[in-house]
Amino acid sequence: MEVPILKQGDFLIATFQAALSDADLENLRRGLVLQVVKFRSRAVIVDVTAMDVMDSFASRTLREIAHMIRLRGAETVIVGIQPEVAFAMVQLGLTLEGVATALDLEEGLAYLIEKFKNIE
Amino acid sequence: MARREDSTRGSGARNNQAPDLALSEAPSELLRELVAHLRQNRTQLREEWVGRISETRLLTAMTKEEIFAEATSVYDSYVEALETETFEALQAYARNLSERIIPRGVETHEVVGIVLLLRDVLARSLFAKYQTDFKKLNRILDAYEPAANRIANTVAVGFVQERERVIRQQQEAIRELSTPVLQVRERLLILPIIGVIDPQRARQLTEQLLRGIRTNRAKVVVIDITGVAAMDVTVANHLVQTVEASRLLGATTIVTGLSPEIAQTLVTIGVDLGKMNTVGDLQGGIEQAERLLGYKVMAVAEPR
Repeated sequence: MEVPILKQGDFLIATFQAALSDADLENLRRGLVLQVVKFRSRAVIVDVTAMDVMDSFASRTLREIAHMIRLRGAETVIVGIQPEVAFAMVQLGLTLEGVATALDLEEGLAYLIEKFKNIE
Repeated sequence: MARREDSTRGSGARNNQAPDLALSEAPSELLRELVAHLRQNRTQLREEWVGRISETRLLTAMTKEEIFAEATSVYDSYVEALETETFEALQAYARNLSERIIPRGVETHEVVGIVLLLRDVLARSLFAKYQTDFKKLNRILDAYEPAANRIANTVAVGFVQERERVIRQQQEAIRELSTPVLQVRERLLILPIIGVIDPQRARQLTEQLLRGIRTNRAKVVVIDITGVAAMDVTVANHLVQTVEASRLLGATTIVTGLSPEIAQTLVTIGVDLGKMNTVGDLQGGIEQAERLLGYKVMAVAEPR
């Protein structure tokens, strides 16, 4: 299942629908890295609210997305991690260091808007 | 139904009885005789029993009068259980008794001890009564012993079960009481932790906190551990994981009130202090949280 990437002003938003295959995750990573420069986006928001479980491949991919986006000159915010998922990830040592996180999409947007307001 | 339960529990006792079943109705006949004997000598045997109880210094938490009153009802239920060979009433009584005496600090060995004492006192009286007729004594004891053992078993099990029930209840109460997640301002939660943290409680704290962050849409969390004297490495690690998990939910965590011992533990396990936001006391923690949230608190008037 393809993950749609939405363009919202200066930001790109990718919403995970449900359990995704490894191939879907790789497609998403490729898509985001291409489009972030194509649309000259300043940030990417990845919404994982729908994910009740997150395996190590998915969390590694999230981290990779964040780091690659940074190399492409933009920022990533991961939003909507479920409490159970959060603790499971930490126990697996997948703490997404250096990647911004927010409670939900709204919070993520607010965080980015605030941040870029300060820069301008 | 209860009979079957009892018989599985006291299966050893049942086996003793098996050879007697061949002698037609003899055991129940004998039990009846036994019960009549115990009824007749109720006053004397009961007094002897109470004497033995105070001699052996059991039930020191209770007064003489109380012991006597309890002994009377135990004696009567004991004889009744022998007579009817049903143990439900005794079981209920044992539970009720346990409920009353557990809060007064009566120990398991005391309860088992007094029931065994009663068994011995009664057995002695049987020896005395049938000493001339050894065969009859033997048969009486064959009937008496399995029943007496089952009674002792029933009372002991009842006591222990009641005890365990109380312990479970208290554990649950502690668990419910001990983990409040409180909202002190919009988007600011505090989690005061008091007492000993074991791994189970730590897990529960984390769950409640993470869920609290979601439901209250918290941005900053202050975890106050002033009331925690020490924590082991597992729990300290768990605390660090909680801080990291909260960050994944988009909340900043401030830990306040670390005791010197806990600071030592955290240093020993090599916690990355870059991830941990620590402030000396709860007040400082809340003040910092307010700054993070953009609040500015000021006095509008002199305190009255």
